[in-house]
Amino acid sequence: MTAVATESLLHATDISKRYGAVVALRSASIDVRPGEVHALMGANGAGKSTLVKILTGAVRPDAGRIVVRGQERSVHSPGDARRGGVVSVYQEPSLIPDLDIRSNLRLTRTPVDPFHHWLGELGVERLDLRRVARRLPLATLRIIDLARALAIEPDIIMLDEMTAALPANLAERVLDVVGRVRGTDRSVLFISHRMIEIGAICDRATVLREGETVGVVDVRPGSEQRIVELMLGEAAGEMRRDDVTTERAARAAGTTPRLATVDLAKGTKLRGVSFELHPGEVLGVVALEGQGQDELFEILAGAAQPDGGELRIDGETASFGHPADAIRAGVVYVAADRAEALLMQRSVRENIALPFSARFGSWGPIDTATEDETIEKAVQTLQIDARAGNEVRRLSGGNQQKVTIARWVRGGLRTMLCFDPTRGIDIRTKNQIYKLLRDLAASGAAVLLYTSELKEIELACDRAIVMFNGRIVNEIDAAGADEATLLRAAHNIGADGRGSELPLDDEEAAAAEARA
Amino acid sequence: MSAAAEVVGTGTRRRDDALAWLRRNAWTIGLVGFLFVLFAFTRVIQPRYNAAGVQGLAISVLPLALAAVAQAVVIISGGIDLSIGSMMALTSVVSATLMDGRSDEFAIAVVFGVLVLGLALGAVNGALVVLTRVPDIVVTLAMLFVWAGAALLVRSSPGGSAAQWMRDLVLGSLLVDVIPKATVVLLLVVAVVWIPFGRSRLGLSLYAVGSNQLAAFRSGVSVGWTKVMGYALAGLFAALGGIALTASTGIGTPVPGPYTLLSVAAVVLGGVSLAGGRGGVFGPIIGVFVLQLIRTDMTFLRINTNLAVVTQGVILIAVVMVGSLIEIRRARR
Amino acid sequence: MSVEARMSRLRERGGIRGLFRDQPLIPLILLLLVLVVVIQVVRPGIVTPSWLGVILRASVPLAIIAGCQTLTMLTGGIDLSVGAVASMAGFVTATMVNSPGGVAQGIAISLVAAALAGVVTGIGVGVFRVHPLIMTLGMSFVVLGLANVWQLTTVQTGSGVPASLRSVGSGTIGGIVPMSLFVYVPFALLILVGLRRTGYGRLLYAVGDNPVAARLSGVRSWQVLVVLYVISAVFAAIAGLLVSGLTNTASVSLADSYVLPSVAAAVIGGTSILGGRGGYGGTIIGALILTVLTALLTVLGLHEPPRQILFGAIIVGVAAAYTRVTAES
Repeated sequence: MTAVATESLLHATDISKRYGAVVALRSASIDVRPGEVHALMGANGAGKSTLVKILTGAVRPDAGRIVVRGQERSVHSPGDARRGGVVSVYQEPSLIPDLDIRSNLRLTRTPVDPFHHWLGELGVERLDLRRVARRLPLATLRIIDLARALAIEPDIIMLDEMTAALPANLAERVLDVVGRVRGTDRSVLFISHRMIEIGAICDRATVLREGETVGVVDVRPGSEQRIVELMLGEAAGEMRRDDVTTERAARAAGTTPRLATVDLAKGTKLRGVSFELHPGEVLGVVALEGQGQDELFEILAGAAQPDGGELRIDGETASFGHPADAIRAGVVYVAADRAEALLMQRSVRENIALPFSARFGSWGPIDTATEDETIEKAVQTLQIDARAGNEVRRLSGGNQQKVTIARWVRGGLRTMLCFDPTRGIDIRTKNQIYKLLRDLAASGAAVLLYTSELKEIELACDRAIVMFNGRIVNEIDAAGADEATLLRAAHNIGADGRGSELPLDDEEAAAAEARA
Repeated sequence: MSAAAEVVGTGTRRRDDALAWLRRNAWTIGLVGFLFVLFAFTRVIQPRYNAAGVQGLAISVLPLALAAVAQAVVIISGGIDLSIGSMMALTSVVSATLMDGRSDEFAIAVVFGVLVLGLALGAVNGALVVLTRVPDIVVTLAMLFVWAGAALLVRSSPGGSAAQWMRDLVLGSLLVDVIPKATVVLLLVVAVVWIPFGRSRLGLSLYAVGSNQLAAFRSGVSVGWTKVMGYALAGLFAALGGIALTASTGIGTPVPGPYTLLSVAAVVLGGVSLAGGRGGVFGPIIGVFVLQLIRTDMTFLRINTNLAVVTQGVILIAVVMVGSLIEIRRARR
Repeated sequence: MSVEARMSRLRERGGIRGLFRDQPLIPLILLLLVLVVVIQVVRPGIVTPSWLGVILRASVPLAIIAGCQTLTMLTGGIDLSVGAVASMAGFVTATMVNSPGGVAQGIAISLVAAALAGVVTGIGVGVFRVHPLIMTLGMSFVVLGLANVWQLTTVQTGSGVPASLRSVGSGTIGGIVPMSLFVYVPFALLILVGLRRTGYGRLLYAVGDNPVAARLSGVRSWQVLVVLYVISAVFAAIAGLLVSGLTNTASVSLADSYVLPSVAAAVIGGTSILGGRGGYGGTIIGALILTVLTALLTVLGLHEPPRQILFGAIIVGVAAAYTRVTAES
């Protein structure tokens, strides 16, 4: 294309997308100029990934316009988008696991020489193209995915959390290569949680909040603050701490923790995690995506086994081989992904009653009268709107989440693990859920809560631990923690705004190399 | 990355290529080894087992081997086709009926026509799977009825005939006694269809869709189209199996043989992952030979032939169990 | 079009879809009635109480085997070994007529053998995670082969279907009510109530709907699956006894022809092969529909071929309709 002076390379306006009852994008817009590295920012669940999927044709939007180089486009598949010069590198590599790298290149019609060139630029010098993708480490796969995208010289390349899961040396090379786009007629759409990277290579940033574009910021020193503000939005008036809690039980010194871990480890995801959870408290976990909190919760819930370390319940060493063991020890788990927790085609009643038929001894006839009563009570306690209760999948997201909680509240519980229980649900329901957590704690239960919405830490928790890169790096008193403090803590940056990212261990890098 | 790859040089590269090929086809090679052990064993227990025996074996496995290839193609694409036996019955009766009393030249035209018919039958299966979004097991189970019914409509009892050249094509041996023509024909036909296909982008897409549908979609593969093509190709091989049935028996039989279920067994034994995306079509062919030869051996050993059926079932279960144990262990890691 | 009209149309569409989705039994029963009416129109006077008795009697074994299929499909599985197990049971019992223990011994032995087969299948599916299709297929080879071996080792005993089985399988009361209903009705009630009102029934749905959720709720699904395949094999064996009584034959391939129609009956009855949705009520109607349809085609003078084609078309059509109706909007 000759140098037509179109101001923007990619221009998308008023993009919206709903998934059933959940609104993923309300009205998102983005404008990417030629020759810039454009950051797409937003808290978890703000709609970044959905927007990228729409721009690359992987998901069809409900409404909106997409213009590439001045021409309106309607892309129906990633293949379409690719031919139109828009390519994305997704968080999970889109290489076919059972094919070798050479076949993967052929599948996407990628020329081999430029691929090798970019691979070299990205710091992977020698790669045997006969290797089957399944056997390569994740970091290498992501680099291959990126090199493959660069090799076909697209107009726009979208990088979704590209540097996550990369060792530091490779991440640096990636940033270097991406930065070189500046001043050419191509551009990069860059999604990252790491503020330092944004500051280092991006020209402008579009900020999404709750599915809407809330601002476009020129990136220069000091603009991080502005971005954080935009990401957080007007939190005032939504919720007050008083709504959800009256007073906090003071923890008696010297009590035995309900649940404690000592040096819990799992691969490279979780390294030496130790903390204590006491009866009567809600302990928050502050972390960006993928800092090891998923693995931690899975281990505590009995869904995965740790490589090392110790787990103690009421002071006794415990080991959970199956979630049933955890449940027997009084540790119950509320997952964020409701598709993981619910029987979508079954009724509210069956979903709530599920754990009570689980054990071999309770396979017999169900006492319907008793069940009616307890289900009714649970439905009322959580104010579940069960009008469409024949199939849980027809309930709203908020009501679905309440069902996953009701399942455990019904039996009376001792320890509850909540993994991002308010993801994608409305404010009122959020309030109810946090009030419920406070009530549970007040009645003597112990609650461990990870939430991606940082402002909720202050509302619901007594104290919070901060996870970064598989470790607990900080502990915060939740009462005084405002969102900015928490966000900085989550990014592991000091109060002066300067980053202090933990360097990757040399031994870990060596281990990654050895696996390769 | 790996130490081996860092040493560059054409000699070592060729060796690496060979090693990679060996590693990729380890299961099939092992199976071939096992087949030879079985042959040796057969000679030991029955010294009179000779070239004629091998030829008999080759002819008897021909239809099942083609059925296994057809099943392998579909399973590689992540599906399953329970209607293969019926498609074979239909194509077999169509070919035998059309050839009955006609010239050799006409028979050639019939063969091509029946192959096109097979492609069409398979494409219908595939289109129904893709368009209705009904699970492939259900769709192909239903089509099992449909194609079997159609076969009975064509002729209600066994009959018709096969052209003489077709019979000659599979009977006897080539060059030396121990190379049965039937096997040469089998390998040639499969190679001519499969090798170019497998190397094409469509073939890659087939593996891609079976391996990871989402990644395939994101790599620009048209998932629906690829599935339809996979089923169509299976239809083609099923038609070849039907023609082979006609050629080896000399008549067309409208009632489906046990080919569908045995083909699944052979495919699994042949190293194709039921999850899709992994394996090839030559492993299943060897698998068919192994299954059949075990049966033969048991007759020689005067073991009740029915125990041979039991053995086939046990082998099938054992192979899949080992496979899924490996998967479970891999997932744990 | 006015907004109101559009809204009411939307509601109406939701209504029909909703009916089909929430009460699939009603359209199924309607379909069954339509078939009965059609057969009466084609051959006036054919629909009599005794004809209904014949239809019921023919439906019972299919309905039982389709019950096995329903239970396994609820968990996302399938049981292709039902045919072999059913044949084996009928056959083994027939060979033991003249043994000291008589029919009772034969029935007991065949049920125990079926249960053993079920345990092995269940362990394969539940513990080793072998795909149910493969596991039950392999099991059917094993059972068939062993039944054949049994056949050869027991040639000396007379092999006739015992009279008691004959009377249960094909006898009637007053020429109308089939005796087999006395076996079938309690059986059907057991499944219907068991699925709705026992913890185990709930778990079948749970394991099929979402194995991850079931696991996170503390369900050890291998236990559920082992018990399931034992139940399925025992039910299949009972069906096999009835089939041998109904047809007055005992052979090792007696019930093979029931396997695929049993899947068809469950699918038509609205049970999803992907698991988690369906029930036995629909399956019963599905089995009746298939039996009446067979009778109708026979009356029409259409024999095996068109019947099979129509069977296939119906399965695809019904399954596609269910998929469409229950798809998440």
